[in-house]
Amino acid sequence: MDLEIAMLLGQDGITNGAIYALLALALVLVFAVTRVIFIPQGEFVAYGALTLAMIEAGRLPGTVWLLLAAGVLVVALDGLDALRRGGVGRLVKVVGWNIVYPLALVALMRFVPTNTWPLAAKVALTMAVVVPLGPMIYRVAYQPVAEASVLILLIVSVAVHVAMVGLALLFFGAEGSRTSAFSDASFTVGPMMVSGQSLWVIGTSAALIVALALFFGRTIYGKALRATAINRAGARLMGISPALAGRLTFMLAALIGALSGVLIAPIATIYYDTGFLIGLKGFVAAIIGGLASYPIAALGAILVGVLEAFSSFWASAYKEVIVFTLIIPVLVWRSLTSHHVEEDE
Amino acid sequence: MSTPASSSVVTSRRSGSAGLLRVLPWLMLGLLLLVPATLSPFYVTLLNYIGLYAMVALGLVLLTGVGGLTSFGQGAFVGLGAYTTAVLSTSETLPGWIAWAGGSPWLALVIGLVLTAIVAVVLGSLTLKLSGHYLPLGTIAWGISLYFLFGTMEVLGGHTGLTGIPPISLFGWELNEGGEIFYLIWAFLLVAILTTSNLLDSREGRAIRALKGGRVMAESMGVDTSRSRMIIFVIAALHAAASGWLYAHMQRFVNPTPFGLHIGIEFLFMAVVGGAGHVWGAVIGAAVITILKQWLQDWLPVLFGASGNFEVIVFGVMMVIILQRAPNGLWPLLTHWWPDANAKRKVDAGAAPLPRREMPKSGEVLLSAIDVTRKFGGLVANNKMNLSVAAGEILALIGPNGAGKSTMFNQVSGVDTPTSGEVLFRGQDVAGKTSREVARMGMSRTFQHVRLLADMSVLENVAIGTHMRGSKSVLPAAWRLDRAEEARLLAEAARQIERVGLAEHMFDAAGSLALGQQRILEIARALCSDPCLLLLDEPAAGLRYREKQILGDLLKKLRGEGMAILLVEHDMDFVMGLVDRVVVMEFGEKIAEGLPEEVQQNPAVLEAYLGGVA
Repeated sequence: MDLEIAMLLGQDGITNGAIYALLALALVLVFAVTRVIFIPQGEFVAYGALTLAMIEAGRLPGTVWLLLAAGVLVVALDGLDALRRGGVGRLVKVVGWNIVYPLALVALMRFVPTNTWPLAAKVALTMAVVVPLGPMIYRVAYQPVAEASVLILLIVSVAVHVAMVGLALLFFGAEGSRTSAFSDASFTVGPMMVSGQSLWVIGTSAALIVALALFFGRTIYGKALRATAINRAGARLMGISPALAGRLTFMLAALIGALSGVLIAPIATIYYDTGFLIGLKGFVAAIIGGLASYPIAALGAILVGVLEAFSSFWASAYKEVIVFTLIIPVLVWRSLTSHHVEEDE
Repeated sequence: MSTPASSSVVTSRRSGSAGLLRVLPWLMLGLLLLVPATLSPFYVTLLNYIGLYAMVALGLVLLTGVGGLTSFGQGAFVGLGAYTTAVLSTSETLPGWIAWAGGSPWLALVIGLVLTAIVAVVLGSLTLKLSGHYLPLGTIAWGISLYFLFGTMEVLGGHTGLTGIPPISLFGWELNEGGEIFYLIWAFLLVAILTTSNLLDSREGRAIRALKGGRVMAESMGVDTSRSRMIIFVIAALHAAASGWLYAHMQRFVNPTPFGLHIGIEFLFMAVVGGAGHVWGAVIGAAVITILKQWLQDWLPVLFGASGNFEVIVFGVMMVIILQRAPNGLWPLLTHWWPDANAKRKVDAGAAPLPRREMPKSGEVLLSAIDVTRKFGGLVANNKMNLSVAAGEILALIGPNGAGKSTMFNQVSGVDTPTSGEVLFRGQDVAGKTSREVARMGMSRTFQHVRLLADMSVLENVAIGTHMRGSKSVLPAAWRLDRAEEARLLAEAARQIERVGLAEHMFDAAGSLALGQQRILEIARALCSDPCLLLLDEPAAGLRYREKQILGDLLKKLRGEGMAILLVEHDMDFVMGLVDRVVVMEFGEKIAEGLPEEVQQNPAVLEAYLGGVA
């Protein structure tokens, strides 16, 4: 291996690591606020990437039908309650967001040639389709068991993951897709070629992390989520609704997932089930941070990305094995430093 | 925090119909013998698969339903069992050191089980000391890694796999056909179900059933809960490996596909659908999922006009609905309609009493706290507290709310470690010891917020207290070789229950008792561990006048036998008529100590309680 290859691998690793970092942040956030170990995080990556690919191909992505179906379910669950508590106005709002909005998206994609739109508009459209799925899934799958143990929530997560992968196969087929790059530019920095897409990925990730930091530090909703993460019962007593916190968190997780998918789709071919492995690498990073620390999780993610890049060069067949064994030393260290027996929630 | 309805996927109560459960294996056995002769090969094969999957699901019932842990890596353990026997029985050129094991499926079974146990112990020791969710995450990583290894290693045949695995022969009878290996599969399954039921109904089983929601209590009764977690994880892995061994010799070839993570997830679904807390739920769950999968794989591709494993969509949605609506799975729904044969267990009152520890001489100081200080950040909860308790003495620790009594209680019982100062129990430092070690030294306690296993009977709850006084572990329990010791343990538990006056509730679910009775139950449980120092946290709270009198008499009697008792209490009438000495705390410090009458006259105490001398 010469320096040039090493730098290329390093660049690859940091680019992927940036994506893993975003996912790890989402996983830590979801776990802290809702105690849900969010296995389906990776599915949002695939949904984002493949929805964009469908839009580019000028086809109607199946995710928009899923959005409509999930919306109908939410109205079925919440409609009566909304009418009773908030009157017709509230019901109209619920129906508007959950049924009219998806229908409008279906109509838009059906009758407007969105594939000729500029890339930024297509990305925005992708987000408009995939992100609302997050809070809807929270409402339908998780909210009824929100007070259950971590174990039950984990099994629900696995069930949601399995269903979402199956639906992805139905919507997008078994073929993989790549989308067009955000930028074809490439720069020469010293001996190294840096691709524009890598810069996009790293730049967007960094921007999103800063935006999240501002959201949690400066806004009332961000502070509400932080409060919920620290003490659920206390936050509830202060008037922060756990359901609202849950939906907001899942919206952020879906946003982060879909954006990661859109960013990575020009670099890697995404299949309907690719998201799971990508999400799990985010998990490795999140575990490095003990499912609690954001900065350590982000650093862990870069480590995962770099390790993955270099092991794909030296021992490509064992790439996945090597990445997942990374959690072993972390678990050993955590085991050795934990003393007290605690009751699992 | 969890509501009863939603958290109970994982309830430790097994089916109440104990009598039925005794008959069911024999009934099934009779029917099963007839299967290969009467059903078509298609159904025999289907039943073979159900049997194989039920074995794996049974392990998950133990792990998830009873123990409150879970694993997604069971598919990989099945693969480990299958690949071990595949390699050993097909390879022509085994290296010399393992050549002795070649060619015999039965030897390969033993080696596969040993290998699996080793892997499970390694994985377990990495994750089981941490919170419960690290194990499933660890097993996901393990499942994926092993799957990729199966697919890439040359020795294992890569993605094409290994062919030409010989059939198992049993006393010279070669099990070639599906109808022949059928008997072996279901014999394995029935033995596994029987031994698992036996295990759950034993000393070790009570410790396992305490894992979910009762770890802190179990530790304070001397149960090594990390070890119990390890035990069920290893058992679950062994069940999976045995299933893999049978699978390899039924299929006669192996490839990586049936051992991936998605299969591991399917096994978990089987356990949850059937009823994760019930041994028979594993069989129901395996049957439902296997048959449904067969059916969906035929119909869904036709419906959607595309090929693929669309059944996972149905499974995923079904799981979410089951977890929301029927978290206990299908088995309890089935048995709901059967007569409840919850037979009262016979307690053999004539069983030889357990040996007791030698009680210290009356007056010997057992516990002394010296200058104990505990700070939480800037808050000083205990400041230079001193107290001592001698054998044959009752000491009360009293004080207004927030005085630091509970913190002091935690320092003394080893739950928490003082910032400075030391706590000596029988001359040994308590600091840094686990509550398990403290329990072994002869200190036993009750909890301010009652900690018991609501679904288990009073007798079983109290019997957890006897844990340290027995020694029979998993294997004797599984094969019922522990009955003599078990009778002694239960007799001891029954004796203590009678002693505290709960005899009429012996077989009721502990959760059905009134709060006051639950506190008394905790005292009986503590007494079962044969302590010489009893720590009681507000034992009289919630008791009626008459019950308090009984409790007072009991404590006096224990004192007469040389027991040292430290109690934290609010009920002044109860304390003043009972105890020998009183220590009064306020703002984390001791403000008075002495005989009850003295303390009642102490101006500082009156100030603390009444806000000044009138």
